[in-house]
Amino acid sequence: MSAQKGYLPDTEEGLRFFPEQASTFAGDLDFLFIGLVAVCAVMTLLVFGLIVAFTYRYHASRQKPREALPSARTSHRIELSVLGAMFVIFMGLFAWSTHLYLDLYRGPEAAMTINVVGKQWMWKVQHPDGVREINTLHVPVGETIELRLTSEDVIHSFYIPDYRIKHDAVPGTYRKLWFEATKPGQYRLFCAEYCGSYHSRMRGKIIALDPADYQRWLDDQGERETPEVRGASLFRSYGCSGCHLGSSNVRAPSLAGVYGRPVPLASGGTVMADEAYLRDSILQPQKHVVAGFSPIMPSYSGQIDEGEILSIIAYLQSLEPEDQALNPSDTTRGSAMPEGTAQGESP
Amino acid sequence: MSTPSLEQRWPRDHYLSGGFRLRDWLLTTDHKRIGWLYFASITFFFFIGGIAALLIRLELITPGGDLLSPDTYNQMFSMHGIIMVWFFLIPSIPNTLGNFLIPMMIGARDLAFPKLNLLSWHVYTIGALFVVLTVLLGAVDTGWTFYTPYSTLFTETAVLAAATGVFVVGFSSILTGINFMVTLHKMRAPGMSWMRLPLFAWATYATSLIMILATPVLSITLLLIAVERLFGIGIFDPALGGDPILFQHLFWFYSHPAVYIMILPGMGVVSELITCFARNSVFGYKSMVISIMAIALFGFLVWGHHMFVAGQSMYAGVMFSLFSFLVALPSAIKTFNWTATLYRGRILLTAPMLYAFSFIGLFTIGGLTGIILAAMAIDVHVHDTYFVVAHFHYIMVGGMVTAYLGGVHFWWPKMTGRMFSELWSKVAALALFIGFNLTFFPQFILGYLGMPRRYHEYPADFQLLNVMSSLGAGALAIGYLLPLVYLTWSLFRGKPAGANPWGATGLEWQTSSPPPKHNFVQIPRVSEPPYAYRNQDQETTG
Amino acid sequence: MPTATKTRKPLGDQGPVAEQFETMGQQRDANRLGMWMFLGTELLLFGGLFGAFVTYRVIHAEGFAEAAGHLDLTLGALNTALLLTSGLTMALTEQMSRAARPKATFWLLVATIAIGALFIVIKGHEWYKEYQEQLMPVLGLPFSYPGEQPEQAELFFNFYFVMTGLHALHMLVGLGVLGVIATVAWRWRNPPRIARQVQISGLYWAFVDVIWVIVFSLLYLSRV
Repeated sequence: MSAQKGYLPDTEEGLRFFPEQASTFAGDLDFLFIGLVAVCAVMTLLVFGLIVAFTYRYHASRQKPREALPSARTSHRIELSVLGAMFVIFMGLFAWSTHLYLDLYRGPEAAMTINVVGKQWMWKVQHPDGVREINTLHVPVGETIELRLTSEDVIHSFYIPDYRIKHDAVPGTYRKLWFEATKPGQYRLFCAEYCGSYHSRMRGKIIALDPADYQRWLDDQGERETPEVRGASLFRSYGCSGCHLGSSNVRAPSLAGVYGRPVPLASGGTVMADEAYLRDSILQPQKHVVAGFSPIMPSYSGQIDEGEILSIIAYLQSLEPEDQALNPSDTTRGSAMPEGTAQGESP
Repeated sequence: MSTPSLEQRWPRDHYLSGGFRLRDWLLTTDHKRIGWLYFASITFFFFIGGIAALLIRLELITPGGDLLSPDTYNQMFSMHGIIMVWFFLIPSIPNTLGNFLIPMMIGARDLAFPKLNLLSWHVYTIGALFVVLTVLLGAVDTGWTFYTPYSTLFTETAVLAAATGVFVVGFSSILTGINFMVTLHKMRAPGMSWMRLPLFAWATYATSLIMILATPVLSITLLLIAVERLFGIGIFDPALGGDPILFQHLFWFYSHPAVYIMILPGMGVVSELITCFARNSVFGYKSMVISIMAIALFGFLVWGHHMFVAGQSMYAGVMFSLFSFLVALPSAIKTFNWTATLYRGRILLTAPMLYAFSFIGLFTIGGLTGIILAAMAIDVHVHDTYFVVAHFHYIMVGGMVTAYLGGVHFWWPKMTGRMFSELWSKVAALALFIGFNLTFFPQFILGYLGMPRRYHEYPADFQLLNVMSSLGAGALAIGYLLPLVYLTWSLFRGKPAGANPWGATGLEWQTSSPPPKHNFVQIPRVSEPPYAYRNQDQETTG
Repeated sequence: MPTATKTRKPLGDQGPVAEQFETMGQQRDANRLGMWMFLGTELLLFGGLFGAFVTYRVIHAEGFAEAAGHLDLTLGALNTALLLTSGLTMALTEQMSRAARPKATFWLLVATIAIGALFIVIKGHEWYKEYQEQLMPVLGLPFSYPGEQPEQAELFFNFYFVMTGLHALHMLVGLGVLGVIATVAWRWRNPPRIARQVQISGLYWAFVDVIWVIVFSLLYLSRV
């Protein structure tokens, strides 16, 4: 591994207390943090102050009245009121932070979804229009970006301190994370979950650009295929199309328009065809067998990498059910004759 | 109480006079001698873990990785974590001071199962030595958390041996926990009702309860890791449909309550120190007891706060956050009550009292930063950064280790029959407080600035704070080495302490120092509540 | 607990008290409480495993139910019956030891050990059968599963071997303890002590029974 310092934007040295505020979330979060720190500081100073004051006043060498302690009832009341006050303060802080968290958790409608795959020890990025980067992520300012995170090996964690966001990339699952950059510039990207030898070198940078610059950057990237196109060619090269498209639909369900719809299963019941379902069907095809079909599909586990799976999912997402002119009523079992074959070439 | 007389005679027959051959120690069933065995073992492991910590801090003085290779660095923090958590902090107060004191505090001749107690020590020491040897020879680089699938499928280091060793040590915890619980249930002297137990005994009781309830779950989790590495039996393997997050749930179901194993005994010790040197009964005895038990039970409901960014459901996150805020309430009450105990007391600034004050201050900071971390939105930002590192060191080192040292100083005269240097002990207590804050306070700022934990290299602008932290670690090391020197010295040259040099209440002070083999010549009868320092007054303590 | 109903002092309460205790009653209570707590921790040990299994059983309902169908229910049921029978002989041992009947105590212990050993033999046979059928995904052995969801079946069989293996380990420990007590009972030197030991190890043996019943219902009975 060569040193990857080039990936990391330089920041001025010296003592700082806050990272830059570069996302819509950062300001709110810093405000909450300052609030919490203030409450904690007051309490800490109170404790320190009382210890110092009592120690001075009631030091064994000083003559002070010590006889009358508060009665059991009084001290009980004092305790209860301290407890009550703390309860109110803590619940207030809880409500504040939870409110902010729920906003972050739900998130607004995303303008674009970018795939991020963690791998020992790099971040592989796939833009919706096919641009691919390693350890660098270009994003437009002012738009809601959704990241779809996964990992090829161990657990990683995608962390941008200046945006105040972080989420684990867990192998075998898709996790979502969104942000909206507010300032053009370069920001650090860290892996925050320990992932092996070069964990501390699994760093990169976020490059936030004005929308116009962003477009120019995209245009400069030259030849590229979109994930849909790439997915379509993978769909053929891995031999998926042999069964899932064309005249051989007896053996396997057509996949046109399957994304986002409920799929009836051989075991009874249905399952929602989301990213996780499609991923499972590629890697563990026997897990959910579609009603009316035999479990004959081989597993692609170990032969296909996470980036390729994401491309195939993008391709499947792009297929419209209306494309299936011959059997529009049945989304999962319909045959996809010439139109279906055509989809593979014109996504 | 009258002023302590140092002129009391050295007892002719005591537990240390029985013989000093190796056999007299390694096969003893006397809880006091076993306490010493633990004392020796954990001191040894503490300094090994401490050397690892110093190497980590030395490496972090510069942003580049120039002292250690990345793999060595990773092995260092793994070794530091594994040794400090499992072989030092968890057994520290319960197994040394608890072993020594619990039977005496409740007026018993020994623990309920003396042989089992000895077995616990052997199991602990063999397991821990085994791990230290494997770490030295084969190395482990998973961190003390053993997260899957890194630990099971990717790392090539000796995870199997380390997990087995920790698994074995877990049995020692379980056996010790059972021993203490049974002892506290069945062996109390006449008149020693539950509401007359010293708070240290209550804290040990709560700790034992957590050990019994949580350790088995950790054991099975580590066993599953071991079988996955040994037999290829994948329970958490994503390729089979296994869930790496399930491992985290099982792991933290133990390890979060284990955090309370690592602080409750400290709270117990500090309650003894504050009352003794404020010459006051503890403020709100009953609510102190309730708080201890509440912490032990609530501790089981908050493990999910380690997984706010791992992808657990939103509702689970909200519940875990709520419970994490709530678990701070009993700790807040305890802190308040310790402070209130000083009110109208007769305060003596002895070395143990300085340690107790350090404990309250550092624990307060550690606990309140815990509140900041319980706020989910902030945890998203600071999770797995140095903020978390600083937070738990404030609790475990600032809290537990300080309390442990305070307790060792307080009961040293009882354990050895001798006094230590007053001046040096105060210097050490101050060095500890200053060194600790210098080491760990900058880490809060580093964490909020975004420096992730377990980083071997870091961006250059974090260097200033890292250098401060490393300097502090040097001062802290002095704070730990000094007691080793003057306490050892006191063993040979210290003044005889007499039965009760501090003028403390509590049954352990009513017998001679060092105590006789079965603690009491005659089993005492208890007729008053604990901490009856103001025996002229009539006020109750609840 | 079913003691101290007779006017005579029960056998287990006779004899000298250990030095750390004041009375025999205190010693007896402490021992019993200690053993119960130990069994509680053992239950929690298995509890973690059961919890993980149930989680997966819910996530991969069909695959697990189907894989369970590949276990030998007859042998499993036979083993359950055997273990429950050994529970009975162990309970009788306890009665006999308290009634101070050396011969009966000894032979009932031997019977318990024999039944327990038979359980292990049958279990071993079952494992061997699974090995032959290539259903043993251990140590990189080939795993070929005739059903529809081989990955989940592999996960299921992983649990199967961990659970039954851990249980068998506890059985072996139990058999060892009973073997030691049997030799002590053969000599019959300190009857009160033997009575206490039989009682405590009887608790352990009952626990091993209970765990098996849970393992049996989770693995064998929750099938398609």
